[in-house]
Amino acid sequence: MTRIATRFAALKDEKRAALVTFITACDPDRATSQSLLNAMPAAGADIIELGMPFTDPMADGPAIQLAAQRALAAGGSLKVTLEMVAEFRATDAMTPIILMGYYNPIYAWGPEKFAADAAKAGVDGLIIVDLPPEEADELVPFLRASGIDFIVLTTPTSDDARLPVVLANASGFVYYVSIAGVTGTGSATQSAIDQAVARIRRHTDLPVCVGFGIKSPDQAAQVARVADGAVVGSAIVQVLADGGKPLDLVRALAAGVRGARQ
Amino acid sequence: MQSLNTYRAGPDERGHFGIFGGRYVAETLMPLILEVEAAYKAAKADPAFEAEFRSLLEHYVGRPNPLYFAPRLTAEFGGAKVFLKREDLNHTGAHKINNCIGQILLARRMGKQRIIAETGAGQHGVATATVCALFGMQCVIYMGATDIERQMPNVYRMKLLGAEVRPVTSGAATLKDAMNDALRDWVSNVETTYYLIGTVAGPHPYPAMVRDFQSVIGDEVRAQMHKQEGRLPDSLVACIGGGSNAMGLFHPFLDDASVRIIGVEAAGHGLDKAHAASLTGGRPGVLHGNRTYLLQDADGQIAEAHSISAGLDYPGIGPEHSWLHETKRVEYVSVTDDEAVAAFQLCTRLEGIIPALESSHAIAHAAKIAPALPKDHLMVVNLSGRGDKDVSTIAKALGDVHLGGLV
Repeated sequence: MTRIATRFAALKDEKRAALVTFITACDPDRATSQSLLNAMPAAGADIIELGMPFTDPMADGPAIQLAAQRALAAGGSLKVTLEMVAEFRATDAMTPIILMGYYNPIYAWGPEKFAADAAKAGVDGLIIVDLPPEEADELVPFLRASGIDFIVLTTPTSDDARLPVVLANASGFVYYVSIAGVTGTGSATQSAIDQAVARIRRHTDLPVCVGFGIKSPDQAAQVARVADGAVVGSAIVQVLADGGKPLDLVRALAAGVRGARQ
Repeated sequence: MQSLNTYRAGPDERGHFGIFGGRYVAETLMPLILEVEAAYKAAKADPAFEAEFRSLLEHYVGRPNPLYFAPRLTAEFGGAKVFLKREDLNHTGAHKINNCIGQILLARRMGKQRIIAETGAGQHGVATATVCALFGMQCVIYMGATDIERQMPNVYRMKLLGAEVRPVTSGAATLKDAMNDALRDWVSNVETTYYLIGTVAGPHPYPAMVRDFQSVIGDEVRAQMHKQEGRLPDSLVACIGGGSNAMGLFHPFLDDASVRIIGVEAAGHGLDKAHAASLTGGRPGVLHGNRTYLLQDADGQIAEAHSISAGLDYPGIGPEHSWLHETKRVEYVSVTDDEAVAAFQLCTRLEGIIPALESSHAIAHAAKIAPALPKDHLMVVNLSGRGDKDVSTIAKALGDVHLGGLV
């Protein structure tokens, strides 16, 4: 069983949802980012998304745009991102790591070679924002061959006709982007999230995680009542940017998620 | 590379020109992209759509514009007969309006009331603001802060036309960054908004659709040259940023093997320095919805382009150009800032026509090759836009000597 499947099976036994946390690799520098990454599981992150810095993050709001700029200025790259995962894996064999980002750096690396190198580094899944099912064939077969899950994004614009097309490539879990928008901006209403998760569940048995616009422990707890995971990105990245303590936020979010169904 | 039966059949049904093109966009946008594609397909098959497009081109844009034989440039070069395709005489002063007319009709057909667009030099922004005024639609233009500064007259024109101009400060604050912010807006307003892309780039169907709307340029040239000289032109020269004026001129001639076709990229300060020549200095990558040649580093991070001309200051190029480059049907060359500025002055002084800095790149290349060509060689240079907007940039480039006191 993959790390992702193992983790969701364990969470099912615990009758709770996952807290999925996001940071950008190398933001604000390699050392800070690495120690934050390594400390995430102890602070309560069940799954970690690691952003691959890119110059043109078209689906991201200001917080993650600036994180990518800081990371690139500090020498961040796809190579450094994989090195960070390998270093994390030396300390943690269980927590799934999902890389999230845009396609061009992977295309530049070479999709087949990247899939092999990412698996070797200890990557469990990949979210590529600008690789819809219409273009995913050039990457997904290599990921499958390397045992890496392709985590698909479904959105408020994914209707019942579109969902099967998107879900055809899915493995690991399904990421529901809860707003039509960029990261770190608006938040969806709880009833909209409830309905969307119910609809996705009619089309797949995979776990469903919800992200975009989840900022507070209360919001995370709300989402954790209906979904299999709550993803928090921009809020954590913003605390880091403001010189605060991102791990404190992760602990509070974890408490929210863990208490949600009690 | 094998010779193809036709160079005009692309893209395939998935929007690919060879390996180029495609639809590399966020999932939120995909349903809408598919809707745009279906709507465009239906519009293309609807004679009423075509009739309204043609009517507006004639009565509103002022087409056909002249294919003007340029006697003094021809005499100066001492070789090929040089003809200028006068897109600068269109309403709003550039070729951009052709595409905007087509797409605003499509947006109306799709029931969209809010239009967004990116702009570099401001020509596409002005053209978009113009058609939005004409059709009574809300208009938001994303423009890099750097470009706002160097194209101030166009910014004010957009505002007068009722558009909201949103300055973009990320990255180098030029065209690439404006496109990023336009895409972010579109993702956030997907239900209400139509993205009126200004060049032959972006996700399918935009590259093909914009090409189709711009092909009126080449279609007219073919008819006009036939009338004036009784035959096909021997060569076509056009500047390329994203490449819409070039594609509009080139596409109708791609299968005429006798016609030499040349696209001119912006070499900025020089190809070994900061430039915007994606085909000459880049390699294939994925950005802004399509696979195409991009200026990028080894890690796949997109480089900042540089050109004195805001309209060419983009690290990518339309995917069909990438394909025409690899199939070798079209020759792609480049011209520096300095060469473009010299050509700007030459055309202004000799023909009494102030060309856009973008178009000046095409003229500069014509100046390089025309002298060695025979006197019966018919060369068409696309004068894609007028240069009023560039006067202060030129004054700055010339050190304020020739146009003292203007800046």
